[in-house]
Amino acid sequence: MNDFFAFVREHSSKLIEQTLTHIGLTFVSLLAALLIGVPLGIVIARRRRLASGILALAGVLQTIPSVALLGFLIPLLGIGAGPALVALFLYALLPIIRNTYVGITGVSPLLKEAAQGVGMTDRQILTKVELPLALPVIFAGIRTATVINVGVATLAAYVAAGGLGEFIFSGIALSNVNMMLAGAIPAALLAVLFDFLLAQLQQLSGKRLRVGALAFLLLTPFLSAFYLLPGREDKLIAGFAHEFYGRSDGYPGLQKTYGLLLRPRLIDQNLMYEAIHRKQVDIISGYSTDGRIKAYDLVVLDDNRHAFPPYDAALVVRQATLNRYVDLATTLNLLAGKLTDSVMTALNYQVDYQKKSTEDVAQNFLKQVGLYKRPAPGERTETIVMGTKVFTEQYILAELCRQLVEGQTALRVVTRTGLGGTQICFDALRTGSTDFSPEYTGTGLLVVLQPSADTLRALPMQPDSVYQFVRQQYVTNYKLDWLKPLGFNNSYCLMMRREQAQKLGIRSIDDLTRFLSK
Amino acid sequence: MIEISNLTKRFQTHTAVDHVSLNINKGETLVLLGTSGCGKTTTLKMINRLIEPTSGEIRIDGIDVRQQPGPELRRRMGYVIQDGGLFPHYSVAEAIATVPRLVGWTSEQIVHRTQELMTKLQLPTTLLNRYPSELSGGQRQRVGLARALATHPPVVLMDEPFGALDPFTRRHVRRELFGLNELKETTVVLVTHDVNEALELADRIALMDKGRIVQIGPPDELLTHPATDFVREFLDDKPHRPHE
Repeated sequence: MNDFFAFVREHSSKLIEQTLTHIGLTFVSLLAALLIGVPLGIVIARRRRLASGILALAGVLQTIPSVALLGFLIPLLGIGAGPALVALFLYALLPIIRNTYVGITGVSPLLKEAAQGVGMTDRQILTKVELPLALPVIFAGIRTATVINVGVATLAAYVAAGGLGEFIFSGIALSNVNMMLAGAIPAALLAVLFDFLLAQLQQLSGKRLRVGALAFLLLTPFLSAFYLLPGREDKLIAGFAHEFYGRSDGYPGLQKTYGLLLRPRLIDQNLMYEAIHRKQVDIISGYSTDGRIKAYDLVVLDDNRHAFPPYDAALVVRQATLNRYVDLATTLNLLAGKLTDSVMTALNYQVDYQKKSTEDVAQNFLKQVGLYKRPAPGERTETIVMGTKVFTEQYILAELCRQLVEGQTALRVVTRTGLGGTQICFDALRTGSTDFSPEYTGTGLLVVLQPSADTLRALPMQPDSVYQFVRQQYVTNYKLDWLKPLGFNNSYCLMMRREQAQKLGIRSIDDLTRFLSK
Repeated sequence: MIEISNLTKRFQTHTAVDHVSLNINKGETLVLLGTSGCGKTTTLKMINRLIEPTSGEIRIDGIDVRQQPGPELRRRMGYVIQDGGLFPHYSVAEAIATVPRLVGWTSEQIVHRTQELMTKLQLPTTLLNRYPSELSGGQRQRVGLARALATHPPVVLMDEPFGALDPFTRRHVRRELFGLNELKETTVVLVTHDVNEALELADRIALMDKGRIVQIGPPDELLTHPATDFVREFLDDKPHRPHE
């Protein structure tokens, strides 16, 4: 609990900004939904034949899962506020239209006739009788819409539109419970608060309700202003993955090493490449061997001050397995140094972008480097298990190892490519569920070993020193050995579009920092 | 004052009002009496154009009602319906001020007239800020009448105004209300199916059946010289038949 408060204190300014953005997102979309939904509700209350069609349409929109709705909107509206606001608007629409309709049609026909009878015009009947009497019902709709929007607005962080979802998503990506709570608790409190306030308003009667409704209507654009106020114009817009934003070897590391000051938008790591490609952001965080670097003509900015630790890929194997199959290490080490950065990037590109199968890509590569052998026929009695995390590069490595080992030895290799994260992969190895896995030195260091700050400071952030440190620690503590590095370093990195980077003369992160502070 | 000639209203499946003609004199209380579905309410609502006639015409002081917009026409006629037809979100004061506001009276005029009506209708001023749900049935009916009379309309239309009251209160309230000077000077067209009410209040009764006027005349005349068996039966049948 103390950790949580410490986190909140430390990030209070960010938290306030996110909360205001969140409120803004909620109310901009709510305002739009009111402006469209109430008149639409009035129209269908007048022309009942339209009612079922319009209510059904709004109902269908409501049933689309929010993530899917964002997914549909991204190709149309890109990332950022656009899709988030449209999605929120669509969700708020149904309760508002429906309750306006139900509220107005629920007014007794006798009263409408009485209103007509005393000489009110249609418009006066609407404004003096129907709307005031429908107001509690309409407010119930607004209340529902507001609570839905506060919840759905957390997803805005998925498309770089900000809000409290930023901490929630980052927290999930980092398994950082305090961070998750720092986003989730204020979001829940906002929902409860707005629900309570609107409930109070709804329970007012007569004139006070009308005064309250007016006050609410006047307040809505004001609350929306939190979002609509133009922010400081940034020279370059950064879009970072949530994990990168929070991990100490990510953005915080860059801030410390380079004094880099950005106001990054947080975005899902798979949408990030799309976003820079569409010029919606100018800088993204990424992985240096990602195939899309090539596909979208991006450049990796040189980390000239080594803010990012090395992430050399190597295979981690149980010592017990190595002892049992003495030729296994030799066989797997055949790959050592063969997979350079550019080779791995190209392999990722073939699978990610050209949609080739991992089997073909792996076999072609093995043939090129002369390591391919057709597996010897005959039954294989001995089996080893390889585990991997869930992304393209690891799938390719699994296929490479399987074909290599089965070609060179009499072992059968079973691949388990569904281990959803560093920790899970590591636990599988330690408990013997798997025999070996690809891992990256920096990740092993920071995610698995998590040495004290002092140890980290004393450790030179060079590929070799990190590799030696990690290997020695794994062997002593976990009886796991690191084989020779495969040759590539799948590092965190900053990327820009090549043509923009060249135009601005930015080659390294230092250049970027200098450009931004000019 | 009100001349109705050859008034007909056809709905899709039936003729509700069939060539009705009648004249209503200034200051007179005319009761449209008849069973449910006889066309009496339809006739009433055509006078203030809540329903538009299929054919025929209605003139008030010689002017065809269709020459003026419905809302304006209706503002010059009081309209009282069952249970007062009060808006639940209007306090008593607001209810009485409804029509004066629509026609643009000043607030002093409105306050003055409200006080006057409250006194005349024997409503305590403590009720002014109450809402209809906080009033008794009889009080609601009086407020409904006060709303209708607020701007001194020359004509007041009433559609089963006492229908929601129990028999005792009904007798009490209607005696009291129809004893008002204000109403004596006003032309009243009242729709009811209650024979006693008609006999008690009407200067003349128009007895309707199947969209036509069967007989029209002062209550005594209908009682003593019924034009048809239907008239006799309808007036004799005490307590009158339930809705048919």
